[in-house]
Amino acid sequence: MNIDLHGFGPALMAGTLMTVKLALCALLLGLILGLLGALAKTSAIKPLQWLGGFYSTLVRGIPELLWVLLIYFGTVGLVNSLGDALNMPGLELSAFAAGVIALGLCFGAYATEVFRGAILAIPKGHREAGLALGLSKGRILSRIILPQMWRIALPGLGNLFMILMKDTALVSVIGLEEIMRHSQIAVTVSKEPFTFYMVAACIYLSLTVVAMTGMYFLEKRAARGFVRAE
Amino acid sequence: MNWEVIIKWLPRLAQGATLTLELVAIAVIAGLILAIPLGVARASRHWYVRALPYGYIFFFRGTPLLVQLFLVYYGLAQFEAVRNSVLWPYLRDPFWCTVLTMTLHTAAYIAEILRGALQAIPKGEIEAARALGMSRGKTLFYIMLPRASRIGLPAYSNEVILMLKASALASTVTLLELTGMARTIIARTYLPVEIFFAAGLFYLVISFLLVQGFKLLERWLRVDACQGR
Repeated sequence: MNIDLHGFGPALMAGTLMTVKLALCALLLGLILGLLGALAKTSAIKPLQWLGGFYSTLVRGIPELLWVLLIYFGTVGLVNSLGDALNMPGLELSAFAAGVIALGLCFGAYATEVFRGAILAIPKGHREAGLALGLSKGRILSRIILPQMWRIALPGLGNLFMILMKDTALVSVIGLEEIMRHSQIAVTVSKEPFTFYMVAACIYLSLTVVAMTGMYFLEKRAARGFVRAE
Repeated sequence: MNWEVIIKWLPRLAQGATLTLELVAIAVIAGLILAIPLGVARASRHWYVRALPYGYIFFFRGTPLLVQLFLVYYGLAQFEAVRNSVLWPYLRDPFWCTVLTMTLHTAAYIAEILRGALQAIPKGEIEAARALGMSRGKTLFYIMLPRASRIGLPAYSNEVILMLKASALASTVTLLELTGMARTIIARTYLPVEIFFAAGLFYLVISFLLVQGFKLLERWLRVDACQGR
C-alpha cells in the first residue's frame, strides 16, 4: 500500500514533536501537582486534607476538554489584568501554555490518588523507624517515603501518562499545531480525511508503544532488588 | 460572577445535558453488549481466538477518541462505497457517528475489564462447576459471567464516568451536548467563565449521581459479600 501524504509528512513530524513536548511538559507539571495533592491529602492538618480532596474531586469530575477550553478562553480577562499590573500590556496565554496547564491539572488530580495510594501502602513501621532514629519529618519524607513510593506508584503513573498522551489531541481544539491540527489542515487541502486521520492514529499508536516500552524498563529498574510475592 | 446569566441559560444547558446522557447511556450499554464476546474471546486459551480482540483493543486503547471520532465522521466519507450504501443517512449524522465511535471505543475498555474479571475468578469455582457436570457453555453463563460481572462492576462504573467526560468530544463534530451547548452560548454572551462553570457543575452533578447509582447497584448485587475468599 502506498500512502500519498501530499507533502504533509514534515508538517506531521513537526506536529508529533509538538505533541511529545506538550505531553512531557504536562507530565512535569502534573507530577508536581499530584505529589503536592497527595501530601496534602495524607497530611494530619484538616484544611490541607480538604484542599487536596477538593482539588482531586473537582478536577476529576469535569471533562478534560472543558478544562482546556476553560483555561484558554476563561482566563483571558485574568491574564489581561495581570499583564496590566505587571506593566506588560497584551500579555496572553499561548495555546501551548494553556494546554500544559489544563492537561497538567487533570494529570495531577489523578496522580494525587495514585500517589496517595502508594504513600498509604508503605508500612507504618518504616515511618516509625525513621522517627525512632531521630530523623526530621522532611528527612523521613525524602529519604524513606518518596524513594519507596515510586516503585508502587509507577504502574499507575504509566497508565495516566498513556491517557495524557491521548488527551494531547484535545489541545488541537484551541489551535495548537500538534498532530491532530496538522492532520486537519492536511485534510482541508487534500480532501482525504480517512488517510490523514488514519496516519494520525498510527502516530499515536506508535507513541503509545514507545511509552509502554519506556514504562517497562522504568518499572524493571524501580523493582530491582524486589522479588514478586506469590 | 454573573449569576443572572447562568440562571437565564440553565434550561438550554439542561437540554444539552439530556443529549449528553443519551449519548453516554447508549454507548455504555451497547458497548457492554459488544464487549462480552470480545472479553470472553480475549480471555481465551488459544492464540488464534485471542488475536482479533487483542488487535481491536490495542487500536482503540492506543489512539485518542478524537482521532477515532474524526475517522468515522469525516474519514468514512472519503469512500464512494460508503456514500452509496444504505447506511449513509446514519453515517452522515453526527449523532449516530458519535454513538458508533463511543460504543466501539468503550467496548474495547470494557472488554479488557471483563478479561481481568474473568481471569480473577477463583479457579476452584470453575472446577467445581465442571465437576458437577456443567458443560463449558453452561459454566460460562451460569458461573463465570455472573461472577465476573461482580468483580468487574467497580471498574465498569469508572468506565461509565470516563465516558461521561469523553462525551464532551461530541461538541467537536457539531453536536450540541453539554459542552457544545456551552460553547454556543458563549459565542452569544462572551462570558466563558460563567457558562463553562455552569457546564462543569452539570458534569459534577451527573457524575455524583452516577457514583451513587453504582453504589446502590453494588449493594443490590452484593458485590462485597462475593469478595470473600
